[in-house]
Amino acid sequence: MSEKNIYLPYLMRIAEITEESPAVKTFRLEFIDEIAAQSFDFKTGQFGLYSAFGEGESTFCIASSPTRKGYIECTFREVGRVTAALADKEVGDIVGFRGPYGNVFPLEDWKGRNLVFIAGGIALPPLRSVIWNCLDLRDWFKDITVVYGARSVKDLVYKRELREWTERSDMKLVTTVDPGGETPDWRGEVGFIPPVVEGLGLRAENTVAIVCGPPIMIKLTLPVLEKLGFPPERIFTTLENRMKCGVGKCGRCNTGSSYVCKDGPVYTLAELNELPTEY
Amino acid sequence: MANTFKLSQESLGSLFAALRKDGRRILAPVAADGRVDLKEVEAPAQVAADYIQSVLSAKEVVFPKVERLLSYTTAPGKVDLKDAEPNAVPTVLFGVRPCEAKGFGALDAVFNWDYRDKFFNARIEKLAVIGVGCTKADESCFCTSVGGGPVDTAGSDILLTPIEGGYLVEVCTEKGAAIQALAPDLFKPGSGVDKAAIAAKVAPAFDQPALTAKLPGLFENGVWADQSLRCIGCGACAFVCPTCVCFDIQEEADPKKGERLRCWDSCGFHMFTLHASGHNPREVQGARWRQRVYHKFSYYPERYDRLGCVGCGKCTRACPVDMNLKEHLIEAAGVTA
Repeated sequence: MSEKNIYLPYLMRIAEITEESPAVKTFRLEFIDEIAAQSFDFKTGQFGLYSAFGEGESTFCIASSPTRKGYIECTFREVGRVTAALADKEVGDIVGFRGPYGNVFPLEDWKGRNLVFIAGGIALPPLRSVIWNCLDLRDWFKDITVVYGARSVKDLVYKRELREWTERSDMKLVTTVDPGGETPDWRGEVGFIPPVVEGLGLRAENTVAIVCGPPIMIKLTLPVLEKLGFPPERIFTTLENRMKCGVGKCGRCNTGSSYVCKDGPVYTLAELNELPTEY
Repeated sequence: MANTFKLSQESLGSLFAALRKDGRRILAPVAADGRVDLKEVEAPAQVAADYIQSVLSAKEVVFPKVERLLSYTTAPGKVDLKDAEPNAVPTVLFGVRPCEAKGFGALDAVFNWDYRDKFFNARIEKLAVIGVGCTKADESCFCTSVGGGPVDTAGSDILLTPIEGGYLVEVCTEKGAAIQALAPDLFKPGSGVDKAAIAAKVAPAFDQPALTAKLPGLFENGVWADQSLRCIGCGACAFVCPTCVCFDIQEEADPKKGERLRCWDSCGFHMFTLHASGHNPREVQGARWRQRVYHKFSYYPERYDRLGCVGCGKCTRACPVDMNLKEHLIEAAGVTA
């Protein structure tokens, strides 16, 4: 009776490293094992545990879209021991990956609707996966709007993609930086995300809002969306509680009777309203 | 229903011999240095006869304090991963209390509700539990308030209840029947014993279903903060608990090789939920104490249709600042929301 070891990661080779902003990097990771490369599949919204062998594991979303095959990407900020060890890695180095874990954004349910993505700071990576997934299925959806804000211009991540999204005619990108964070040539908005969202003239009718950011940004943006008429069932977010196992056992992400790693990380506001605010 | 027999005190030694001959190690509570702990034994004489509870729980037998999940060696551009094997030994756990025996089910609920944990499963598969019913209890015990009892069979493969000159034997499972089959002659016909008369008297302390039903409405109540004022967040309660399953995963490594270890953890620790950003969803000890109570009495029932507490009282006996789970639950049950 030999069972599989659920804590054993895939080995991945770093194929590409992008410096996004100070202390924030994106890794493109490719499977070393051919069979794993062929069989691996995930859906947007899911996450994984990334190992720096010698230091341990950290939890990040899969920041790439499942429509882009053959690799996964993660974007992380260097804040602790494991992320510091990851940040030291170079192209060609080996890291570990366990996943995909957790639930998914219900794209099928969003067919025929307008989508509004609202992201703050380092919270664009989880939404970037969904945004690319939706752009790759462009005819499923009506208007697609992305609002992205960061503390300052240098803190914006995915600058290359932001330019690409600006140039696309089939979506609208609004970028903003906090007052004082702008540069002389900054052409986006200046201001915090909630008032920028409020000033967009968004219509809640037939629209899904997907929000991710630091707790304070979410806290102040949700009332704006509610005021605009978004029902809590059509506001989605993704939580990132501290995790160790990712598979509903270690107890760390337990919030109410929910495990963020299993029942989340994707929740609607209606679902969050049923949970204690321990996230 | 269990098949009941009688086993004389003298024949217990023969049963131990038969178990050992079958290649099983026997773990049992042993009294030494003023405390009772589970240790490997060879003969019944080594087993603590007159004890209420061991300090630590029996969960360590299936869920060790620290265990290796994997190991690896590294070289530039190369990592060799090695799976870890639990190295499970056929084991008979003799003489644990019915509450502890029941605790294994609560662990199983977490380790296997979705993804299956091979480390836990390898050990539980090779484990048989011979529980011994309680004829004594103390003021920390509250098994009867959480659906158990001093001579409850749930969780035991065989339950022994002390009677004059030996034990009443209830063979409860196939694993129990397999043990009986090792030495069938030792098991004499027996019935007509009034277990309730022998069992320790543990008076029900609170109405658990009513408490579970009212907990969602008590989340913001000040009772949790009040109760936790003296909690020092040491985690002793979780470490001695037969059902506390929360764990950490840590790395022990040098530049060329390392291993990934699973270690016991506790929701009572500040670091347990601390985010990398510095944000902590359970910032204060009151929130962490509430989590401990809610996980066992609200979330467990909702999620697994069972309680995450067996009423053994080990946490109360271990607490250095006299927090008392039974008393705290009685208080919560009496709060008018």
